[in-house]
Amino acid sequence: MFEIHCPYCDEKRSEIEFAYAGEAHIARETNADQLSDVEWAQFLFYRDNARGDHCERWWHQHGCNMFFNAVRNTVSDKFAVTYKMDQKRPSVKMIEAAKNGK
Amino acid sequence: MKYSARSLFANALSGHKKWPEQFPNKDPKKQYDVIIVGGGGHGLGAAYYLAKKYGITNVAVIEKGWLGGGNTGRNTTIIRSNYLYDESAAIYDHAVDLWDGLSQELNYNTMFSKRGVLMLAHNVHDVQSFQRHVHANRLNGVDNKWLNPEACKKFVPILDISNNRHYPVMGGALQMRAGTARHDSVAWGYARAAAQLGVDIIQNCAVTGIKRGPDGAVQGVETEKGFIAAGKIGVSAAGHSSTVMAMAGLRFPLESYPLQALVSEPVKPVLNCVVMSNAVHAYISQSDKGELVIGAGTDQYTSYSQRGALHVLEHTLMSICEIFPIFKRMRMLRSWGGIVDVTPDRSPILGKTPVEGLYVNCGWGTGGFKATPGAANLFAYTIANDHPHKINAPYNLERFVTGRLIDEAAAAAVAH
Repeated sequence: MFEIHCPYCDEKRSEIEFAYAGEAHIARETNADQLSDVEWAQFLFYRDNARGDHCERWWHQHGCNMFFNAVRNTVSDKFAVTYKMDQKRPSVKMIEAAKNGK
Repeated sequence: MKYSARSLFANALSGHKKWPEQFPNKDPKKQYDVIIVGGGGHGLGAAYYLAKKYGITNVAVIEKGWLGGGNTGRNTTIIRSNYLYDESAAIYDHAVDLWDGLSQELNYNTMFSKRGVLMLAHNVHDVQSFQRHVHANRLNGVDNKWLNPEACKKFVPILDISNNRHYPVMGGALQMRAGTARHDSVAWGYARAAAQLGVDIIQNCAVTGIKRGPDGAVQGVETEKGFIAAGKIGVSAAGHSSTVMAMAGLRFPLESYPLQALVSEPVKPVLNCVVMSNAVHAYISQSDKGELVIGAGTDQYTSYSQRGALHVLEHTLMSICEIFPIFKRMRMLRSWGGIVDVTPDRSPILGKTPVEGLYVNCGWGTGGFKATPGAANLFAYTIANDHPHKINAPYNLERFVTGRLIDEAAAAAVAH
């Protein structure tokens, strides 16, 4: 079971308080009506399914009820960093720095 | 060497020390007609059917670890075909047809035991949904029947059907043609039979790249043991399908989740069939060794770590104890996880890919074992003929664009 740091509560809480909400940073196009079926399928169904560092959404369902993003390594299952919804995807350099505890 | 009562007796006389190896561990040749990536039941079976039925014997199976060390050796060995939709009924029942007689065909005891699978209904929605399944199955010629709680109790005497339970038993759907098989045997049996037909089985050799020519078609695979050329490549890599397809520059509608199972200490025969409860995500059967084999639901997050969280197992065991109070004092011996590749509609992708010469058999999610012989045969057919069989034609990749999904997940049979 994970201990997950909620960036809104600024606390590490047990995984059972959280719900996984899929890959992060998949934005719905504003011109959705003009997308082709292929593009729409990419948005709806296609995922990176990264083996390694993975940006993903979590929902602090039984806590503050906020969605936030996280970078987790899908091989070691270790979280590098969690960040608020309005923050950008961290760069590779920032992820590496977070892993080294800086 | 053919396995028989006679060979067993003869080898017993020499203390079982003179059995020949079942299949040789080969080094790769420079070139093959077909390379199968992934040495689980599906991959080994595909190699076997390519050689046996479709006349292509210059085939290699390349496996990163050891044979059947992935999901083939990590599942709860349940075999059934009581799926709702026509497409699903066709593909899973094709597999059950092949499970029948597989031991004889491979001359290898796969221990397929048609002990029946009972799927329990715990609420009114379950009852209606399962009865719909039973009717749909019967229209498709798939064996399945409805049992009331008393009939469930008669079939599985240790079941608690009193209505003061957390998960009351309101009936169940019973498929008598379903059951379990010995998972390792399936991998080894296919490997031995394929090797006898000239297929090379290459273990401990990870595929690191897929080489494509200027026209885009595949030319072969880069591996830890060097480049191996092949005009056709079949990928049957389960949880790692996304990473292998990425080597050919393809993105896939797949996500990989941990799925856990556990076994108890062995006890005398107590549970005569497989009991599944979709609503609470618990499945249980008793192995021939006497262990209770219990399957849990997937963890919520994607992962390649082959382990999952304890609270998932705890939830499953809680459900098992509610349904079978008799098991409350059983001790669990070990638990493990596998990585399952799940598609958005919970149905597999089995067919051609946008890359010429590249074929895929993936997305079986939490229920690939039951389909092993069927998927393997259809995969071999697709590779040999360069077009899908009519049974696996609906399981194409294009369905995610056209919207012609085979949405078994929405049909309440979430557990596979």
